Amino acid sequence: MKTIDHAANSKVFNQDEDRVDWHDETLWFIRQKRDKASKQIPQWEALREAASQIKNHTLSNLHNYLEEFELNAKANGIQIHWAKDAQEHNEIVYDLLAKQGISKMVKSKSMLTEECHLNHYLEDRGIEVIDSDLGERIVQLAKEPPSHIVLPCIHKKKEEIGALFHEHLGTPEGNADPQVLTEAARQHLRDVFLTRRAALTGVNFAVAETGEIVVCTNEGNADLGVHLADIHIACMGIEKIIPKRGHLSVFLRLLARSATGQPVTTYSSHFAKPRKGKELHIVLVDNGRTKQLGRPDFRNSLKCIRCSACFNTCPVYRRSGGHSYHSVIAGPIGSILSPNLDMAKHADLPFASTLCGSCSNVCPVKIDIHEQLYKWRQVLVKEGYVDAKKALSMQLMAKTLASPTLYHLAGKAARTTLKYAPFIAQNRFNPWYHQREMPAVPKSSFGEWYQKNRTK
Amino acid sequence: MNSRACILNAVKENQPELLALPDITHLLEVENQDLVAEFTRVIEGIGAKVFQVNKYQEIIHHLKADFETEKVRVVSTLKEFDEIAKPFSGLDNHELADVELMILPTHFAVAENGASWVDDELFKERVLPFIPQHLVFIVEKEKIVPTMHHAYQLIGKKKYSYGTFIAGPSKTADIEQSLVLGAHGPRSLRVFLV
Repeated sequence: MKTIDHAANSKVFNQDEDRVDWHDETLWFIRQKRDKASKQIPQWEALREAASQIKNHTLSNLHNYLEEFELNAKANGIQIHWAKDAQEHNEIVYDLLAKQGISKMVKSKSMLTEECHLNHYLEDRGIEVIDSDLGERIVQLAKEPPSHIVLPCIHKKKEEIGALFHEHLGTPEGNADPQVLTEAARQHLRDVFLTRRAALTGVNFAVAETGEIVVCTNEGNADLGVHLADIHIACMGIEKIIPKRGHLSVFLRLLARSATGQPVTTYSSHFAKPRKGKELHIVLVDNGRTKQLGRPDFRNSLKCIRCSACFNTCPVYRRSGGHSYHSVIAGPIGSILSPNLDMAKHADLPFASTLCGSCSNVCPVKIDIHEQLYKWRQVLVKEGYVDAKKALSMQLMAKTLASPTLYHLAGKAARTTLKYAPFIAQNRFNPWYHQREMPAVPKSSFGEWYQKNRTK
Repeated sequence: MNSRACILNAVKENQPELLALPDITHLLEVENQDLVAEFTRVIEGIGAKVFQVNKYQEIIHHLKADFETEKVRVVSTLKEFDEIAKPFSGLDNHELADVELMILPTHFAVAENGASWVDDELFKERVLPFIPQHLVFIVEKEKIVPTMHHAYQLIGKKKYSYGTFIAGPSKTADIEQSLVLGAHGPRSLRVFLV
């Protein structure tokens, strides 16, 4: 089945112009908060450079660091599991729950479990999963995927959330006050935290030197979930490793400032050992990451710390919405990560960019996102994943530009056509001319002008 | 071949040639600043309240004014607060669900982001700072460090089983970016600098 591509999805999103403006402005506001926060730190650029180099080094020594992490975590009483793909990851989580007869689990934010479609897998097997991050809970109630990795329901207006909460949590009809809605979610989820025996979290950083993992939240939902449960399952991609505990300083200084402009997330929790008498499991997941590691042009996308600064700054993301990307991770970083997993399905994403480079400029770990977007385009064309019409027109263009005769001929033809029959180009079928004036047609090309005038 | 070996082999095969690990000690260099003032400015900016006090009795006085300490459940791990709080010695931490006010010590705090570090050397029960409606931290003034780099220098190679940085009350802005304090954890944080 062919998925609807980004351009077509964006068109749907853009039918409501007021909403697009609101979405655009909201995200730009967050980008500005990020700018302000970063400028309060004189060492900002030095921090970015350090973070980038630490991650580059880690990727170049990942094999040893994974072994070191496993050794230290096990010595601390943590149980380690390895999953080569999404299927195996889901099976591991299910088995851990089934073994203890657990049928209800609370989960804090984890993009990896979204990537693996864990919720569906567990629900199909009779296990109820409740997402405890407020934004995630909202999209879960709406039966939608998150549209943003840090702000999962940024596409939703408070009135829509009010209606959802009225239906599911019994808030007064028509009430869209964020304070009231958040309070309702607090009461609902507190009961969930107090009654679940299993809690799943993501992982922001895993330290090879100590075998500990760090989980960052603002709401405190990850901690409330795991401290009140018998079993804590933490799922992480293998690229989340950093070498030493001291390196956390670099990443924790960058993460929240890049994400929302906060000086740090409210909670940065370090789990080194399970609670007394309880279990802590870590699932290390590959799911395409080793393949990406083997692509020299694209491997450094694995440096990503999921801050979403590239989303908030992207002129295309802000005006097309996260769902247009039909991918778990949207935005510029999603557009370079997703084709690795499935080129055919995500062939449109590297084209959903103006290549302006703003994403690379705000990236706290200096991933060359816009250059990778450009390189993915070349790979995708070579592999034949691009629309045949586009490929043909590009070939025609290349032939024309390569031959002086054809080039002059084409120029003449275009000038004549645009002079006498402008409607051929300027019509409603050509989106390039929507909301644009046609430029005046020149009388001659520069070549012709030069030929005529050089003897004078 | 099991998945572990599969993944580790693929990593080994695909990882690039070894690149150097950078030295980050230069990040420890900071300008002299008033750490108490900076900490106060930052943590108040993220929704906490800061009070400078000389004696524990002053803190009790403050809390008595803000809470009906006779009527609500107040828990603390510090015996200095016996007058208004009880320690928690239960076996099931779910019994803490009705705590209104929790008063806890901290190891140190960080000026640049308002965070305080606590680990299980101070208290074993991890849920203590997360479950109450309102949280109070006691921070020693001379234990405020400038940045996270200094913070991790202090933590060093310490063997804790759990530790966390906490900066402000629990919060969310998931609904139209409207900031709401008190998402799932404490609705307020009071920091007493002693």
